[in-house]
Amino acid sequence: MATTTLPVEEKKQVQEQEALITGAEAIAIACKLANVDVVTAYPIRPYDTVMQYMSQLVADGEMDCEFIVAEGEHSQFEIVKHASVCGARVFCGSSGVGWMYAMEALTVTPALRVPMVAMVGNRALDDPGAFGVEHNDALAVRDLGWLLTWVDSAQEALDTALIAYRVAEDRRMFVPLALSCDGAFLTHSQALVEIPSAEQVKKFLPRYDRGELLLHPDNVISVAPQANEDWVMEIRRQNYAVTERACDVIREVYADFEKTFGRKYGNPFFEEYMTQDAEVVLLGMGTMSTPVKVAVRKLREEGKKVGFVRLRWFRPFAGPEIAKCLERFKAIGVIDRDFSFGSPNLSGVVATELRSAMYTGASTRPPVLDFICGLGGREVTVPDVEAITQSVFEAAKGKAQPLTQWIGLRG
Amino acid sequence: MGQLFAVELVYRGVFQKTLAKNITRGIVLAAHNEGKLGISFGRYGDSPERNGIPAKSFAIVANDEETLQAGMAQYEPKQVDVTVVLDDTLCKGGESWAWYGLQPVHHALKPGHTLIVISLQDAPTLLKSIHRREEPYKLAVLKGVTSFSGMWVYKDDHTDVRVLGAIAKALPEVVGLKSVEQFITDKLKNSLKLTSAQTAFERFKSIDVKPGQGNPEQLPKFELLKWEDMREGVSIKGQPQGCAYADPVTKQIGGFRPARNELFKKYSTRTQRPVVNFATCTKCTLCWLNCPDASFDVTPDKTYDANLEACCGCGICEDVCPVKDCITMVNESQFHDNHSQWEAFKKDHDAYLKWLEKTIESAEPEEKRAHGFRYRGQYKEQVPEALAIAQKG
Repeated sequence: MATTTLPVEEKKQVQEQEALITGAEAIAIACKLANVDVVTAYPIRPYDTVMQYMSQLVADGEMDCEFIVAEGEHSQFEIVKHASVCGARVFCGSSGVGWMYAMEALTVTPALRVPMVAMVGNRALDDPGAFGVEHNDALAVRDLGWLLTWVDSAQEALDTALIAYRVAEDRRMFVPLALSCDGAFLTHSQALVEIPSAEQVKKFLPRYDRGELLLHPDNVISVAPQANEDWVMEIRRQNYAVTERACDVIREVYADFEKTFGRKYGNPFFEEYMTQDAEVVLLGMGTMSTPVKVAVRKLREEGKKVGFVRLRWFRPFAGPEIAKCLERFKAIGVIDRDFSFGSPNLSGVVATELRSAMYTGASTRPPVLDFICGLGGREVTVPDVEAITQSVFEAAKGKAQPLTQWIGLRG
Repeated sequence: MGQLFAVELVYRGVFQKTLAKNITRGIVLAAHNEGKLGISFGRYGDSPERNGIPAKSFAIVANDEETLQAGMAQYEPKQVDVTVVLDDTLCKGGESWAWYGLQPVHHALKPGHTLIVISLQDAPTLLKSIHRREEPYKLAVLKGVTSFSGMWVYKDDHTDVRVLGAIAKALPEVVGLKSVEQFITDKLKNSLKLTSAQTAFERFKSIDVKPGQGNPEQLPKFELLKWEDMREGVSIKGQPQGCAYADPVTKQIGGFRPARNELFKKYSTRTQRPVVNFATCTKCTLCWLNCPDASFDVTPDKTYDANLEACCGCGICEDVCPVKDCITMVNESQFHDNHSQWEAFKKDHDAYLKWLEKTIESAEPEEKRAHGFRYRGQYKEQVPEALAIAQKG
């Protein structure tokens, strides 16, 4: 959880108001505060709440932007891509198979250096047509140059949306950014959120300046078609350079966010919870943090020294930092709300990435167990987390445990 | 390592794609009759499915598996033993993989080896188009028109086996006549084709081309940028707007010449070019408006001069021109430079018009096939059709 460090009087000056809103609404408000120019929409649950709320803001005259309802997700992302190249600050988003339908447009945006900010209301991929959360939709772009971040509260959704524009539109970056929100748990749950003032946001978020990459009659360039087919490797290297710079830029922006708004997120890349004296640790992304934190407190009362690390940024994956953080524990249990069929050890995406990061970045070799849990929106329950922790403690004692386990599965 | 041979076929996509493939397959299968191994494959700069695009097909033949593998361990052979040109207009050069720029047609040919061109022209005429090089080579002309054999309904004119017969003579180490004959008998099962291959073998003649002999034109060269030096966002700096230019005689400034990418020469796809009668031009602008590549320069006289560095020879200007014989498409192989026609006209009206008359006479009649369309005049036929549809709403 973010903590406010400013004294109460000063806080009152900074915060405009407190409101009871969903994660999706929080992002819509962030877009209003960021003075977004072009928004494209196409309905799909659970992302669509953000578009409903934003169209309300436009209708009420609170927000001034081009609000375009596209005829499908592919066009939705194509439209903002072009608008962004012409210098507009843009917002769009989708969920599940809608996101996948936009895949061609999603693929080209990193190479074209388009700083679009997209909300992904995480949703299980069809079939069956379920609405519950699963992280595979957003993770589908993990290798393409997108920045990927997961939030776990409406407040963090609002704050991270503002941070997202600063990071994506930084001249050293200019890459698309997906802000992932767990379907239902975050998109449809209302919580108390502190909304900063427009003045504060203006101070934090400079104008989007595309510079020499701006498509404009005064800056005659062509984008994409005339590039030589043998430039591919050099273009990929340029996107690689972005990922080399990404962690530093994100650190800078979080520091500036704290200075401007007074809300402190600590390490931008992951949140540590009760890890100080922990023997073993659990790790996961998104709103599963709520049941996990409750379970951790319960286990602590029973004298079990367990902690939790919530990963905020999946791309960039702050490998060395995460490895350095985790090397001190006796065992690690990753809770994956996703799958990666056929992967090494048949584990989920996060566990596979983490093992890779640990192999090169950690000085110790604690066992990294993976627990596939909460797929398709199924609850991650406190007893689930207790069972997971039990297995992780067994591994810490040197007792062999399966590398991948399915938790909360019938049968 | 055993012996390794490479044969390169230079052709025009999409019209000659099947023909080129049939020839390179024939080389591999015929050589296999001698116990050799080989592969046949296509390589291209632009899509070989596009009209008129210069493209290449290769056959690699080796005595053993490992040698063959060594030959395959590169995108395309850097050096070839025979180059066959299936369309003589390609003698002006073509692009290979990745548009590294226009290259001489024989840029991969080993010194002393043979360039075979299918053409109705003789070797000295072809050498006006084929670029000079420092190493000697042999040039052989296989008499024939540009063949579309193998494409859809086009007649099989035996070009495939004639080329095989010529290769058997030029480089028997790759494949001997007996193996070619056996391939034709076993696989093509056509005794007439057997005769065609034998005739090509017997009549094959080549001349020695000395260093420095041929077209003196210097092709543009450029450096590819390092990744740090390239613009980001897959973006290219636009060309500046064009500008007016001078009349070569009166020095009067006027007209408009659009700026064009110096490194992107589109003329390598051209098999016919427009020749313009500036004396009968009514300045109606239709050619300039309808040109899909903005190839026309507006002259200081306000007539329209097809810029031959930019024109890819589609023929639409000829079809839309309302004045009889004002724009005529003429086979590209007759021309050996890309100089401005308007400048020639300005310098000497009479000489130009005399040249024009002679040149138009040699133009193939309409309805004869032309690259880009199935025959000259096809676009013109489509205009009333399109108009009728448009009027119907």
